[in-house]
Amino acid sequence: MSKSIILYLHAHQPWRLRHYTIFDAAEQHNYFDTDPKNQNSNQQVLQKVTAKSYLPTINRLKNLIDKHYDFKLNLSITGLLIEQLERWAPEALAGFQDLAATGRVEIAAETYYHSLAFFYDRPEFERQVKQHTEKIQQLFGQTPTVFRNTELAYNNELAGWAEQAGYTGVLAEGWDPALGWRSPNFMYRPAGTHHIKLLLKNYKLSDDLAFRFGDEKWSEWPLTADKFCHWLNETHDADIFNLFMDYETFGEHQWEDKGIFEFLESLPEQWLAHPGNNFLTFSEAIDRYEPKDEVDMPNTTTWADTDRDLTAWTGNQMQQSAIAALYELADDVMSSNDLKLIDDWRRLQTSDHFYYMCTKWFNDGDVHAYFSPYDSPYEAFINFMNVYHDLKWRSMKAEFA
Amino acid sequence: MKVLMLGWELPPNNSGGLGVACLQLSKALTAAGADIDFILPCRHEPNYDFMRVVSAFGTKSFPGWDVKAYESFRYLSEGGDFIDFDMNDQQAVYAKRVGQLVEHMEFDIIHAHDWLTFRAALLVRQKRSVPLVLHVHSIERDRAGGQPGNPWVREVEATAMLLADHILAVSHRTKRMICEEYGVPADKVEVVHNAVDINELAPIEGRNSFSYLESLKADGWKVVASVGRLTVQKGLPHLVSAAAEVVKRLPKTIFLFVGDGEQRDELLEQAAASGIASNVVFAGFQRGKRWRDAYSIADLFVLPSVSEPFGLTPYEAAAYSTPSLVSKQSGVAEAFQNCLKVDYWDTNEMANKIVAVLREDPLQHELSRSANHEFQRLAWSGAASRIIRRYNQLAEKVSA
Repeated sequence: MSKSIILYLHAHQPWRLRHYTIFDAAEQHNYFDTDPKNQNSNQQVLQKVTAKSYLPTINRLKNLIDKHYDFKLNLSITGLLIEQLERWAPEALAGFQDLAATGRVEIAAETYYHSLAFFYDRPEFERQVKQHTEKIQQLFGQTPTVFRNTELAYNNELAGWAEQAGYTGVLAEGWDPALGWRSPNFMYRPAGTHHIKLLLKNYKLSDDLAFRFGDEKWSEWPLTADKFCHWLNETHDADIFNLFMDYETFGEHQWEDKGIFEFLESLPEQWLAHPGNNFLTFSEAIDRYEPKDEVDMPNTTTWADTDRDLTAWTGNQMQQSAIAALYELADDVMSSNDLKLIDDWRRLQTSDHFYYMCTKWFNDGDVHAYFSPYDSPYEAFINFMNVYHDLKWRSMKAEFA
Repeated sequence: MKVLMLGWELPPNNSGGLGVACLQLSKALTAAGADIDFILPCRHEPNYDFMRVVSAFGTKSFPGWDVKAYESFRYLSEGGDFIDFDMNDQQAVYAKRVGQLVEHMEFDIIHAHDWLTFRAALLVRQKRSVPLVLHVHSIERDRAGGQPGNPWVREVEATAMLLADHILAVSHRTKRMICEEYGVPADKVEVVHNAVDINELAPIEGRNSFSYLESLKADGWKVVASVGRLTVQKGLPHLVSAAAEVVKRLPKTIFLFVGDGEQRDELLEQAAASGIASNVVFAGFQRGKRWRDAYSIADLFVLPSVSEPFGLTPYEAAAYSTPSLVSKQSGVAEAFQNCLKVDYWDTNEMANKIVAVLREDPLQHELSRSANHEFQRLAWSGAASRIIRRYNQLAEKVSA
């Protein structure tokens, strides 16, 4: 019996906001011109992550693809990251294109702006997905057939939408309370759909790499590819192992000196050494495996923190009011026909801006539990709302122009 | 563990946060096993069931009680009368009196709060060879608003800090300043952040005493409050500068200053010159209900201090569910997570943040909710048990 690893890496960087005050509102509209001298600036972060993660990982993946005929993987890359790579790291963008050109890397569909628009503005959501698909077609020569929503935010309704939009597969977190007795190691069918298939992230195995890999206090540390493959081989009731994680796991979240690249380099060899084992792209897996059962997920799950819901982005009043106020501008912004205004509005929809406003860890004093360019969630909110007020001012001006 | 504690003030006869911190810390130390004799300069009421309060001078109240921990220009004589007196002599008299008092007292440790008690503390240590712990709530440079200050007071601080066995500082900021100003080795200075005992703060009740502000609020006005002495250390001119920017954008904003001090007229003139005289209210020094009501009527509390060793007021605001904006040059900014922070000189950023809180209800709500939550978990008990462990260590070293 064969078993498949479905490796999926998600790459993204937001356009971070510059420090923007009431003195800037109605004066300056260059929200995303962060000071390049600041280490949290868009340029510096991008160059740092390119050097630590994007490029070294691309090189290793290329080598692995050359070396192992059966090594394949899946990627997603947001429009906002592509824009920043075009500007500051074209060599990394070319590297991603080389990977796609091997024919063994499948790219998933998503929103161009890494937004939560699905939950707030459906037509806008669809426009952003279309914009992303066009960008992927243009740069990578592929048309995505599998959909991943921002932050893996998923519910039955999303599956229904993805099916009618023509996707053959959709991704979600394999979160136990939603799955019940089901294992994420099989293909499923979303409740209320007929054709589309559901791939569920095996969060235990994925997070062993994404979160625990470098933790010397972890009982399984150090984790080797040999040990990891042993676990998978010993898991008998399984077709697929969905290893979904941030691309930046390699070299940025987990540092090179902890051995994450050695792990990546030896994973294919260790896994393929066992007869019947393989790596699959999403589409191959969807062709090969039939749904084991139906999965009913009426409530939204995400791949974030211990709650696995949307509360990291919309859990407090600041977040709720900011995101609601932003989407209320939709008609004014869209009817302006001002492409710069529309693009700015969409960049503000990026989920990261709302994540920075999250107070649930901050309250517990664990301020370093997440990365943020701000000193506190309150600063994140103040900055965002100052920009929002300016954007609103611009859209009103456009209306009366 | 018997502790001889030397302090200058306790509530309600206090001029600021020093007395509050001394009282609450003593209470927590007692709960953690300390037995405290607390020597104050003057007779004190009420008495406490958890420690003995002794007065160096038997007098109870004289016209000049307001010799405050923060002032250094009025002094008392051996007989207890307040007269203008040389500071050096005054300290000598006080130290001599404390020296006489402790002759019949037993204690294992001396714990002295701020410079006014340091000379007496050194004298007692010399007589009795028990370890001396200095508790530094502020140094001369803080009180002088960032200037070097009074050279004589600096000398007292420098001498005491070099001779003390151990130093407690109310913040990392204060520790850094102690080490830089007086060349004290860093390993001798331990940071113990102040806390607030939630049971010590009375609840808000009845109608708010600021009726006029209430009526303005009903008409859509917002209130920004500051509570503290009107003195250079507190950085209030920066708040007035920011206020002018805020009022340009949100004309229905009132800035309420609670407290007194030599800077009041200067602040009034500054407000008038910036065209916001009618947006500024000076309420004078307040205690009790009016003091609490000032916190509770405010939409935002601001602590714009130029140099603040700790600064308890943002915690008090949190107790009354009012959000705070504090200067990064305050010790409380190290400890308090759920507040806004700003460099005191950056008046544009100060205005930016004030406007944000007044304009965005969700921000005000989230800040006050989280700040109150953080406040509820504050306690002196952690600090007290650390200090007790330190006492024991120091006492062992002496007996060894």
